Amino acid sequence: MANYKMHILVCGGTGCRASQSEMILDNLKTELETKGLSDEIQVIQTGCFGFCEKGPIVKIMPDNTFYVEVTPEDVKEIIDEHIIKGRRVNRLLYVNPDNQEHIADSKHMGFYKKQLRIALRNCGFIDPENIDEAIAKDAYQALGKALVEMSPDQVIAVMKDSGLRGRGGGGFPAGLKWEFAAKNASDQKYVVCNADEGDPGAFMDRSILEGDPHSVLEAMALCGYSTGANKGLIYIRAEYPLAIERLKIAMKQAEEYGFLGKDILGSGFDFEIELRYGAGAFVCGEETALIHSMEGERGEPTVKPPFPAESGYLKKPTNVNNVETFANVPVILLKGAEWYKSIGTEKSSGTKVFALAGKINNVGLIEVPMGTTLREVIFEIGGGIKDGKKFKAVQTGGPSGGCLTEKHLDTPIDFDNLIAVGSMMGSGGMIVMDEDDCMVSMAKFYLEFTVEESCGKCSPCRIGNKRLYELLTKITEGKGTMEDLDLLRNLSEVIKDTSLCGLGQTSPNPVLSTMSNFWDEYIEHVTDKKCSAGQCAALKQYIIDPEACVGCTACARVCPVNAISGERKMPHEINQDICIKCNACFEKCKFNAISIN
Amino acid sequence: MTDVKELIQAKVKCIGAKREALMPILQAIVEEKNYLNEEDMIQVAEALDLSTADVYGTATFYTFLDTVPRGKYVIRVCKTISCHMAGKDEIVDTLKDLLKVDLGETTPDKNFTLMQANCMGWCHKGPVMLVNDDIYTELTKDKVIKIIHDYMGS
Ligand SMILES: Cc1cc2nc3c(=O)[nH]c(=O)nc-3n(C[C@H](O)[C@H](O)[C@H](O)COP(=O)(O)O)c2cc1C
Ligand code: FES
Repeated sequence: MANYKMHILVCGGTGCRASQSEMILDNLKTELETKGLSDEIQVIQTGCFGFCEKGPIVKIMPDNTFYVEVTPEDVKEIIDEHIIKGRRVNRLLYVNPDNQEHIADSKHMGFYKKQLRIALRNCGFIDPENIDEAIAKDAYQALGKALVEMSPDQVIAVMKDSGLRGRGGGGFPAGLKWEFAAKNASDQKYVVCNADEGDPGAFMDRSILEGDPHSVLEAMALCGYSTGANKGLIYIRAEYPLAIERLKIAMKQAEEYGFLGKDILGSGFDFEIELRYGAGAFVCGEETALIHSMEGERGEPTVKPPFPAESGYLKKPTNVNNVETFANVPVILLKGAEWYKSIGTEKSSGTKVFALAGKINNVGLIEVPMGTTLREVIFEIGGGIKDGKKFKAVQTGGPSGGCLTEKHLDTPIDFDNLIAVGSMMGSGGMIVMDEDDCMVSMAKFYLEFTVEESCGKCSPCRIGNKRLYELLTKITEGKGTMEDLDLLRNLSEVIKDTSLCGLGQTSPNPVLSTMSNFWDEYIEHVTDKKCSAGQCAALKQYIIDPEACVGCTACARVCPVNAISGERKMPHEINQDICIKCNACFEKCKFNAISIN
Repeated sequence: MTDVKELIQAKVKCIGAKREALMPILQAIVEEKNYLNEEDMIQVAEALDLSTADVYGTATFYTFLDTVPRGKYVIRVCKTISCHMAGKDEIVDTLKDLLKVDLGETTPDKNFTLMQANCMGWCHKGPVMLVNDDIYTELTKDKVIKIIHDYMGS
C-alpha cells in the first residue's frame, strides 16, 4: 500500500453491503475527490471484519480507528473531522457495554481482545478483488518458497508437524491426509476444496472466500505440489453468489500473475483450478457424496474405504480439504510448524473460527486459539446473552453436534474435549439459547433438518430419523409417554451405529445430548404436559385468575369448544382437557384475567 | 432465449460428452430458463449417452434443479434454526399474503415462486431470504413488502 498517507477501509462483506456500505464507499470517494484528497487517501473495500452486529464498519489506518454503524450521511463528518482535522468522530465509535466508554482502537474492544486471527488474517484488511493487496499481505509467498526451496515431502513434513486438523468437522490431521494422497501413485490426481458449507449456524467458509480467496487458491496449489496433483476443483454451494464471484476474479488474477496455470513461477509445476457448483443438497458436503456430485451422479455417500486419497474423483487419488483448513496452510508454511504448534492445545493446534448466532449480543465470526473456554467465547467476546436474559445452552456442531450447558462453560474448546462432553466441533457454528428456548423443540428442529437432508440411501438414516422426528413431535404436543423416551434413546443408538455416512452416524446427537443435559425438560413435557419455556404451542395452558375475573361470561361465549364454565358474576374456569388453545378467550377478556402458562 | 441444444453443445465442447458434464449442463439450463422439462432432459441424455431415467434421477436429487416450471423470481426463505428463532414465520406469512400463494406455489402471472430452504449461511443476520441470486438479511415485515414491491415494479 504505497504512497498514500491514510487508508479508509470499508467493509464490503455481504452483510454490510446490505446495509449500504456501497453508498458509503461512493460518498467517500466523491467527498475525497471534491476536497482534492484522492491522491493522499486511499479508499479500500474489504471483506468482512467479523463484527457484523455493528456494521457497516469503517476503519481508518494507520491510527486504527474503528467506526461502527456508519451511514452514508456520516461520510462528510468523517472526512471533515477525522481526515482533515485529525479529530475522531466520537459518536461513531464503539461503546463498551460495560462502562459506556467510547473505544477507538479495535484492539481494545472485548470482541477483538481475546481473538487471534490466522485463517481470517486478511478478512477485513484487504480488497479481495485486488490481488496486489493480497500480495502485500504475503499471499503466494509460501507457494514461492515451497516451489523454490522445498521438496513436496518437505512441505508435507511441515504440515504433519504443525498438527493442523481438518476444520470441516472430522478433525483429521491434514498433513497425514496429504501424505496418503502423495503416496498413491497415479497418472492423474486431484485437489478438492470443500466449500459446500451447509451446517446450520456456520458461515466461516463463505466469509473466507468472500474476504480472502487467494489464501485458499494458494493452499490448493501447495497441496497439489506436495501430493503430485495438477488439477484443483472447488465445490461451492450455489447459495453463495458473492463468494463465487470473488473466487472467479481471484482465479483470473492469479492466472495473470502466474500463480496458477502452467509452469508456476518458472518451476515447471502446473496447477489449474476449476469451480463446480452445488445444487442445494446438504449431504453433498460429505466428501464421497461431494465427489459423486462432481462426477455427475446423485450426491449420495459411499462406504469408506476406499478413501478419496486412494480412489476419489474419477477413481483417481483425491485430497479433499475444507476451506478453513486450506486458509491456514500458507501461514503455516511461512511461519513454520513450531510457531503453529505453540498456539492452541496439545492435540488441537492453532485457532478455530466460530460463527456466533442466536441469543447472543455480538453475533458474527470470531477466531480464537483452540483451548479458549466457552465462557470466554460467549461472555467476553460474544458480550453475553441478549436482553439480559439467562444463558441456557449453546449448540455446537450443527445437526451432528450437541448442546452444552452452564456446567460446560469452563471446558477448553478443542476437538477432543467437545466430543468428550457429548458434542462436536463440527464446522464451528455456535447457536446460543436462552431461558425462553425449549430444548425438546430444539432437538426436533435439528431432526427436521436431518430428515429433509438425508439422501435416503441407507434405511437407518432415512427411516430412523423420521421416527425420531415423529416421537419428538409427539412429545412436544404433550402426547408422549415414558416408553417413548426409552424408544427415543434406543433408536438414537441404533441409528448412530448402523448408518452409512457421517450424517446418520451423528444425527441423533442433538437428541441424546438434550436428553442427558435437560432430562427434566423431557419429563416435564411427558408427565406434566408442560413446556416451561413456553414454546410448545400445544402445551400452553390458558388460566383464569379468579381474583380478576368478574364473571362477565364474554370468554365463555366466544369459546368455540365450550371449554369455559362458570355462573354469571362468578369467576369462570377453563377445562384444560377440552381447551384447544385458540387464544379467543385471551383476546376477548377486557379485565386481563386470563393468562398463558 | 438461447436454445437448449446450443447450451448443451457449449458445455460438451469444453468438458467433453462425459458424465461429469451432466451437472454443469443441467445447471446451465436451469440458469437460462429456471427449470428442466422432459424434452430438455431427453436432449441431455442423448448428448451424454445416458438413459433419460438416469438424468431425471440425478436432477430430482438436487433441490435447485427444478423439474417443474418456476416463476421468474424464486424466493427461498431460510427456515433453519437461527432464522426460525429470529422470526421467519412472520416473513413467510407476509410473503404468502402479498403473493397470494402457498409454499411451493407460483403466482398465476408466473413471476414469483415461494419456497423455503435450509440454512444459507446468514444465521447471524436472520431472518433471511434469497431471491434468485440476491440475498436479503435481517428481514422485517415492512422490509419484505418493500422488496417484493420493487420486484413487482421491475
Ligand atoms: C453430512 C456431512 C456434511 C458435511 N459437510 C461438510 C461441509 O459442508 N464442509 C466441509 O468442509 N466438510 C463437510 N463434511 C466433512 C467432509 O466429509 C470431509 O471430512 C471434509 O471436507 C474434509 O476436509 P477437512 O479434513 O479439511 O476437514 C461433512 C460431512 C458429513 C458427514
Ligand atoms: S439459519 Fe438461516 S441462514 Fe443459517
